[in-house]
Amino acid sequence: MTSLTHLDRLEAESIHIMREVAATCENPVMLYSVGKDSAVMLHLALKAFAPSRLPFPLMHVDTGWKFREMIEYRDALAERLGLELIVWQNQQGLKDGVGPFTHGSAVHTDIMKTQALKQGLDHHGFDAAFGGARRDEEKSRAKERVFSFRSAQHRWDPKNQRPELWNIYNTQVAKGESMRVFPLSNWTELDIWQYIYKEEIPLPGLYLAAARPVVERDGTLIMVDDDRMPLEDGEVPEQRMVRFRTLGCYPLTGAVESEATTLPEVIQEMLLTTSSERQGRVIDSDAGASMEAKKQEGYF
Amino acid sequence: MTYTPDAQIADDILGYLDTHENKTLLRFLTCGSVDDGKSTLIGRLLYDTKMIYEDQLAAVERDSKRVGTTGDAPDLALLVDGLAAEREQGITIDVAYRFFSTEKRKFIVADTPGHEQYTRNMATGASTADVAIILIDARYGIQTQTRRHAYIASLLGIRHVVVAVNKMDLVDWSEDVFDRIEIGFRKFAGVLDFADIVCIPMSALTGDNVTEAGDTTPWYDGPALLDYLETVDVADRGDERPFRLPVQWVNRPDLNFRGFAGTVASGRIAPGDEIISIPSGKRSHVKRIVLGDDDLDEARQHQAVTLVLADEIDSSRGDLICDVANPAEQSDQFQARLIWMAEAPLLPGRQYRLKTGNRTVGASVSTLKHKVDVNDFSQKPAKVLELNEVGVGNISLSAAIAFDPYKDNRRTGSFVLIDRQTNETVGAGMLDFSLRRAANVVWQDLKIGRMERADLKNQQPAVLWFTGLSGSGKSTIANLVEQRLYDLGRHTVILDGDNVRHGLNKDLGFTDADRVENIRRVSETAKLMADAGLIALVSFISPFRSERQIARAMMPEGEFIEIHVDTPLAVAEARDVKGLYAKARAGEIKNFTGIDSAYEPPVDPEIRVNTVETSAEEAAERIVAYLDARGLLEGPSFHGGL
Ligand SMILES: Nc1nc2c(ncn2[C@@H]2O[C@H](COP(=O)(O)OP(=O)(O)O)[C@@H](O)[C@H]2O)c(=O)[nH]1
Repeated sequence: MTSLTHLDRLEAESIHIMREVAATCENPVMLYSVGKDSAVMLHLALKAFAPSRLPFPLMHVDTGWKFREMIEYRDALAERLGLELIVWQNQQGLKDGVGPFTHGSAVHTDIMKTQALKQGLDHHGFDAAFGGARRDEEKSRAKERVFSFRSAQHRWDPKNQRPELWNIYNTQVAKGESMRVFPLSNWTELDIWQYIYKEEIPLPGLYLAAARPVVERDGTLIMVDDDRMPLEDGEVPEQRMVRFRTLGCYPLTGAVESEATTLPEVIQEMLLTTSSERQGRVIDSDAGASMEAKKQEGYF
Repeated sequence: MTYTPDAQIADDILGYLDTHENKTLLRFLTCGSVDDGKSTLIGRLLYDTKMIYEDQLAAVERDSKRVGTTGDAPDLALLVDGLAAEREQGITIDVAYRFFSTEKRKFIVADTPGHEQYTRNMATGASTADVAIILIDARYGIQTQTRRHAYIASLLGIRHVVVAVNKMDLVDWSEDVFDRIEIGFRKFAGVLDFADIVCIPMSALTGDNVTEAGDTTPWYDGPALLDYLETVDVADRGDERPFRLPVQWVNRPDLNFRGFAGTVASGRIAPGDEIISIPSGKRSHVKRIVLGDDDLDEARQHQAVTLVLADEIDSSRGDLICDVANPAEQSDQFQARLIWMAEAPLLPGRQYRLKTGNRTVGASVSTLKHKVDVNDFSQKPAKVLELNEVGVGNISLSAAIAFDPYKDNRRTGSFVLIDRQTNETVGAGMLDFSLRRAANVVWQDLKIGRMERADLKNQQPAVLWFTGLSGSGKSTIANLVEQRLYDLGRHTVILDGDNVRHGLNKDLGFTDADRVENIRRVSETAKLMADAGLIALVSFISPFRSERQIARAMMPEGEFIEIHVDTPLAVAEARDVKGLYAKARAGEIKNFTGIDSAYEPPVDPEIRVNTVETSAEEAAERIVAYLDARGLLEGPSFHGGL
């Protein structure tokens, strides 16, 4: 046997982290966002606990504005694998008709995602929640712990993080407090894609190029996923070959033009682009709130 | 160069994916003082390995004009130096992790900015690193910090060190300067346990000898930094060492499957191999190695797997599955090296939680032997360990754990200490060796006696017998003493005369016979408590000398401490906290001590406190001081042998 590869090592580390949570936390949950990082996280969890079923449920915070295909994919997956899936929505937000077009992306994201997440965690009394965030995503994450402690108000205090040595994780929390746990902390974007390819992990079709109805707004291609999207004067959706680099709320997620209809082609395109990853996500260019500030508020 | 795709990507993506799938992983740590060029070096590595995208570089170029230190050239430090951004946001980084990769390896860099929290942060980064890069500014040579960095790297078990002699461009690439630094480093690092030391003359600014040899150092024939990082063998034959798998989680979906899930800490294992589980000492053979849907032919160091054994042996989280020929020791008393990471100092005797890779037990430091000055490696006496201090001490656990010395195994020889109140991680430690010889694998049917029980609590048993009139202040003082003892991490119990009469002795009245029986039961109970290893505080009027003498006779010499709470009757009666004296005077209570029943003061008590002249607090202080002076607050006297 040759030496372990970097993917073997990353896989083992993630599995170790998940088992530690299962063994020491009372009521863990896995936050499942339907995207590729969640797909990898779920795959690792299935590996970690096989042949047992997952010793925790999945929770999807559904803003009500996700791509329809994400929802279909999610439900079919849960069905096929017999997963315990909690779908959480901010009921008050739904009643108030909160959405990105009427309230703006910042308010929508805050109410339907950040607040909804806190509600869901509180409602179920989860003391540990897995998230798929990676340290390579942006600067403030580079220093976040794998086990990230949150106060009863779900606040992250970057100045007061627990030292994390070796593979020993302090999972002690008082009642009401919780941990966010990031088993993919040390994975990079490329690691994720390579692992998906190697392990043949299924993904929603949105990651592959297909002819989809899009309009171009402020230089971003937005897919017209349903008729809630108000078209501006003269805007006519046109069919273009596009795919998505990240999956979120369809009005907030930019498509990229692409011919990549297979996974290796997607990876190839990604490796051939010379700009950094996150330019598909409209929310990141919203002025004002930095990621750091959002996280302190409880954004994942 | 900014990110430029490999030519293979466009031509043969599948071939490219296959090559890159087989990269290995290296984790390293960079250490340097402020301005040695650490951020510039990491930025340089990221840039030269094409990890930086055009838009990121554009952002850095913009920032360089504003805050950069490199004139017209982009300041590569800004790629990683969150500091500028962080300073603006009022946030400090402690340990940040960066990633880059080449065709051969993926690298995880632990980056610990050098500020006041240095020891704690560097230790954290070092704990998972295999290589340490120690930066030295060529102009200044070896500094105090250089020694500190080398010491901490070695303390955390890093075996491979690169001395990056940086800013060589500012000393005209002088071979002389470089040689002096190299010789100096090798000299003091001789006492530190490094497997190899490589010194590289470089400039993070110009990139010479970072990713490629420059023509500036014809006299240097060693590797460029990246060459070294791509090829250094850090496995240290970890999969040839004895097999260890700490059981993390028991996988039991149904009656047909029972697996022990964990990450292999060292060695390798294959189906058919014989194992032993510590502490049970039970043996079996490996039947299957499961990972997901697959069965593996072998598992080796770092792999997270599930072992299925041939026999139904009872193993659970916290156990260590070992090579049968070479099992781990177990013990509950260790010498360990400790790094303190919290504002509140480490107090010997105080109870913490100790967590290893798969187990949490109670722990206290029984003796702090010395602390180490990380700047010159000298030993200094210490009563406590403050934040960022390193020390050596004996620790005592509430239960035995299976372990290896840290120098043999970083995974089974390490632990963190967790504060019981705040749940914070307050310290980290590395096990050196067990303090007990009887650390056998096979469980001995040890006879557990009172000293063993007390040892476990890391204390000496005693009975503190408070005698005095009703209302003299016995309970108040006893409670204060107990509070102090508790704060010192001592295990105590209080037997209070009034309370005992509500429970254990509720069938007894105040006849002479009942009084004798009352005190006999209390004495027996106190003795049981002391036998359990506790310090028992008995607060009891116990008016008669003969009765107190009976209690004293039950206890070993020196463990019965009679404390006379000496309060004149008039004072106690004037206080009359419970209104009993009034009732006694009114004849409602018969045989009341001091009124119509005698109190015989002790002739020669160990301690006499006069509550008229001394406050209850002072009295408690005196009693604790007495115990301390008698050595009763020290840990056990390792009669098991060292
Ligand atoms: N001339 C020269 N300057 C350097 C070199 N490496 C770093 N510097 C400069 O030294 C200063 C401090 O560097 P920085 O990387 O921020 O140091 P850090 O505090 O260790 O991260 C900056 O002005 C750098 O441009 C080098 O090799 N040669």
